[in-house]
Amino acid sequence: MTSLFDKLGGEAAIDAAVDLFYRKVLSDDSINHFFETTDMERQRAKQKAFLTMVFGGPNHYTGKDLRAAHAPLVAKGLNDAHFDAVARHLRATLEELGVTADQINEVMALAGSTRDDVLSR
Amino acid sequence: MFKICFEGIVYPCERSETVLHALRRQGVEVPFSCQHGICQTCMLRSLQGKAPAAARKEIKDTLCEQGYFLACQCVPEEDMVVLLPREADLYGRAVVLEKHFLTPHICRLVLKSATPLYYHAGQFVNLHRDDGLARSYSLASVPHRDKHLELHVKRMKNGLMSNWIYSELKPGDAIDLEGPNGNCYYLPGREVQSLLLIGTGTGLAPLVGIARDALYSGHGGEIHLYHGSHSRDGLYLMDTLRDLAKEFSNFHYMPCVSGERGEEGIRAGRADDTAFSDFPNLAGWRVFLCGSPPMVASAKRKAYLQGARLADIYADPFEVSDRRLKPRD
Ligand SMILES: Cc1cc2nc3c(=O)[nH]c(=O)nc-3n(C[C@H](O)[C@H](O)[C@H](O)COP(=O)(O)OP(=O)(O)OC[C@H]3O[C@@H](n4cnc5c(N)ncnc54)[C@H](O)[C@@H]3O)c2cc1C
Ligand code: HEM
Repeated sequence: MTSLFDKLGGEAAIDAAVDLFYRKVLSDDSINHFFETTDMERQRAKQKAFLTMVFGGPNHYTGKDLRAAHAPLVAKGLNDAHFDAVARHLRATLEELGVTADQINEVMALAGSTRDDVLSR
Repeated sequence: MFKICFEGIVYPCERSETVLHALRRQGVEVPFSCQHGICQTCMLRSLQGKAPAAARKEIKDTLCEQGYFLACQCVPEEDMVVLLPREADLYGRAVVLEKHFLTPHICRLVLKSATPLYYHAGQFVNLHRDDGLARSYSLASVPHRDKHLELHVKRMKNGLMSNWIYSELKPGDAIDLEGPNGNCYYLPGREVQSLLLIGTGTGLAPLVGIARDALYSGHGGEIHLYHGSHSRDGLYLMDTLRDLAKEFSNFHYMPCVSGERGEEGIRAGRADDTAFSDFPNLAGWRVFLCGSPPMVASAKRKAYLQGARLADIYADPFEVSDRRLKPRD
């Protein structure tokens, strides 16, 4: 069975999505303080890791890794509203790329399944 | 099966095995982390043998050109000689040929390097005073046009090196020079791409080099240079740059003052703000940002949000901390 990642276009789809997505996140004043950094290349690479994951692509992250990666953010107040904002940008990115509604729902379901880990619950 | 030579030892690399895997499997410790071609910690430099495209695609093209690649993504297609990403120390002696004042606070140094320096305009060298004090200065000269090295040094209040250069260093004196360093420079190819160059203070030095390098290399796209200063007396090389704009119809020069009113040919406002409002859509552009670190950081973000790819944004923040590569002890 082809994975969702492959159906979306694999690596190339991620490359197309990452700038669209990262620009949305950086422009959103309700969440961009979490992404303040001088090293934008590194941050962009992490956005790529994020997208690979929610596209169901090959990645080595476990729920525990996600917890660890976001725990410092939770300490700074990361909550459901922020999570929803990221999810919204993700959806908008996919829509702009012309991804089908079914596939978007699949991605959103995958992303949603990480909520408790991302929010350290 | 190909051979990987690392630090003088040859390691076999199995078919479809990556350089990183081959080295680690054989007990060689090199830095790595994500192993997915994302984190870039496993970057190595190839002296011989070209890494396949997959191992280079996430790497900035100026680094690429110097042979850098990601070991975790590199399944060799030929034998390779690779090394860790540390620039071999290029230490040389240089003699001051000329020194003159461009403004009351900025001087231009022309240096003659004892051994030829292979550099790109816009890279920087570290000047080492004989007592060990070292600071970085950007190259305004263009190797294929200018015989000698040109630097612009701004005198900073109580700054050790800049005041010494300003008041004591004189033609005929010798100084140690290390470099070139840095990835902020022009690369030919993509000749019709528009270039946006924004600099504050002596951030103009690398940009003058980059602009001239591009123009004399036949860059056909538009080149827009914005130079910013708080006040009029911080603007320099205005005549030279206006002449350059007359010589090349695709070169445009815009001096800006942020703390004074504009006048004929000088815009009021910060150079970065002015440039970004003149060009709201930077998709497809190459952007060079040099000078004050806060300006460079915020302009980088702005340029990205206005459509430039991160890999097309070259940033050269003039960190005014002590940037010696080696401790002075
Ligand atoms: C990549 C790069 C490229 C560069 N290119 C250029 C260039 O082309 N042209 C250029 O002019 N500069 C350039 N710089 C900056 C340059 O390297 C020096 O940092 C600059 O000249 C100041 O050095 P200095 O020794 O005079 O000042 P420093 O002695 O390092 O002092 C720097 C500042 O800190 C203040 N300061 C120092 N000590 C104290 C203290 N104890 N308490 C309070 N304040 C203090 C000084 O007053 C001064 O304003 C570049 C920097 C980098 C990183
Ligand atoms: C949809 C659920 C999410 C998933 C699957 C996810 C996934 C990831 C992954 C894989 C990384 C890289 C970790 C690493 O390699 O270090 C990461 C980093 C990061 N995430 Fe998320 N993320 C999610 C939601 C969020 C939200 C809601 C925010 C904040 C609004 C956020 C902010 C960040 C930040 C700032 C980093 C970088 C941390 C650092 O610099 O070390 N993430 N995320």
